[in-house]
Amino acid sequence: MEKIMVCLKRVVDYNVRIRVKPDQSGVVTEGVKMSINPFDEIALEEALRLREQGKATEVLVVTIGSADCQQQLRTGLAMGADRAVLIESDHDVEPLAAARILLKMIEKENPDLALLGKQAIDDDCNQTAQMLAALWDRPQATFASKLEVNDGSLRVTREVDAGLEVIDVDLPAVVSSDLRLNEPRYVKLPDIMKAKKKSIETIAIDSFGVDTTPAFAVTEYAAPPVRGKGIMVDDVAGLVDALKEKGFSL
Amino acid sequence: MKSVLIVAEHDGSALNPSTAKTVRCAQALAADSIDVAVFGSGIDAVAAQAARLNGVNRVLSVDRAENAHPLAAVIAPQVAALAPDYRYVFGPSTTFGKDVMPRVAALLGVGQISDIMEVLSADTFQRPIYAGNAIVTVRAPADGPIVATVRVASFRAVAEDGSASVETATTDATLPTHTRFVELQSDTGDRPDLQVANVVVSGGRGVGSKEKFDLLYALADRIGAGVGASRAAVDAGYVPNDMQVGQTGKIISPNLYLAFGISGAIQHLTGIKDAGTIVAVNKDPDAPIFEIADIGLVGDLFAVIPELEKQFGG
Repeated sequence: MEKIMVCLKRVVDYNVRIRVKPDQSGVVTEGVKMSINPFDEIALEEALRLREQGKATEVLVVTIGSADCQQQLRTGLAMGADRAVLIESDHDVEPLAAARILLKMIEKENPDLALLGKQAIDDDCNQTAQMLAALWDRPQATFASKLEVNDGSLRVTREVDAGLEVIDVDLPAVVSSDLRLNEPRYVKLPDIMKAKKKSIETIAIDSFGVDTTPAFAVTEYAAPPVRGKGIMVDDVAGLVDALKEKGFSL
Repeated sequence: MKSVLIVAEHDGSALNPSTAKTVRCAQALAADSIDVAVFGSGIDAVAAQAARLNGVNRVLSVDRAENAHPLAAVIAPQVAALAPDYRYVFGPSTTFGKDVMPRVAALLGVGQISDIMEVLSADTFQRPIYAGNAIVTVRAPADGPIVATVRVASFRAVAEDGSASVETATTDATLPTHTRFVELQSDTGDRPDLQVANVVVSGGRGVGSKEKFDLLYALADRIGAGVGASRAAVDAGYVPNDMQVGQTGKIISPNLYLAFGISGAIQHLTGIKDAGTIVAVNKDPDAPIFEIADIGLVGDLFAVIPELEKQFGG
């Protein structure tokens, strides 16, 4: 393979406790830590390992979002990406529009592999990789936990409900990473300093000629229902009694 | 016409219960009809089972060799070819549906609503974001098909007491050969599937080893339960990945969930929030799992499980 394109999304850090705004217009994102979506970070790590093993020559990271996303691209460069592109947008972009934009990037960059996280931990959509593969008319290997490069194809192990599914996909292809594909590296300070010197290419989202107006209307954000407080029992007999009271006879 | 097409999930010999749950969700749309499409090879039994799902009007059996394995790149163009007759195209939010449905949506040029947890009206739905820490209400565009996946933990399966017709369907979709099935590695055995089991016995890092998980298997087999695990137990190598319950594993809704030696990381709790009754046994009285447990017992699981086994199943 020559080029791998990795798509990153800037999201609220996974350690942040999410709170819905009192007026139900969204979740609180002001002043909270933002990070690369963890699944995308895994995708990037996999691309870097492939390059380090000599199975790819260039790793390009791409994101769609506000100018603030430069932070996450910088992290990507510090991890080891060769180039970074910010497709700048002042509004949230739905997965289908994101896939259409990413397809334009693919047409421009001709990567052999597009690597994405299986889902973003903010909207939890789990769509972009599949949509990109459909629009590109190329194979998709979602929920990847192992990736093996063969001549002109990939052998991908996928985490599915029934166990592990192994498929072969011809290149070019789209792969989405699951949690166990790898453990991303820690970024070292010298790499952060070096990454500051690398340039980030910025492209205005409108320049692609893709309509990115949201198709869906989100009319309300609500906190999830809370479970009622339970009881504590002292011993197994108490536990069995409590279960019987709830109608369980095991 | 306001009809629904549901993409069935099956393993070649039987329907996955997620299909019956997707039908339940579709019933809330008050649509004119509900059709179920079964893609596979040699699937008469599966199609017949789909025809028994309560509320289904018609089963479309798309039986061809290329459909022998559930490859999204192969199935999606066939679903897209059937879609123009329908206002709704739904699939379960399982790894199968999550793989196939967005590909279908993109082929149709529309977005997708992921993980419907409630139908509010013909075009308005609730779905979880941020791992269920917020619930959004989403309204679909007025025209075009509504493609969605259904969060199976939010819906009960419909009964198998119907009698829909089964029709053989074909499409002129061109099927790619760029994606090839190699194998499925599965060691789930005879225990009920986690996502459909009425009772689930689950273990965490506190179980301590792969061998000691046998205690949980024995208890589960005694009461006919499925067996799950926390991410910590999976990462420690006690059990395979497909047993993981939680945000990054399976989201389940059994009537009874018995958690042993699970501390209750947020990502795990996300996966069991819809369980009917949650029982937690943990040595640590401060374990977060006690905050959401309906019945909590501070104790040593190695003492508790043998005692429970004596009490359960006579």
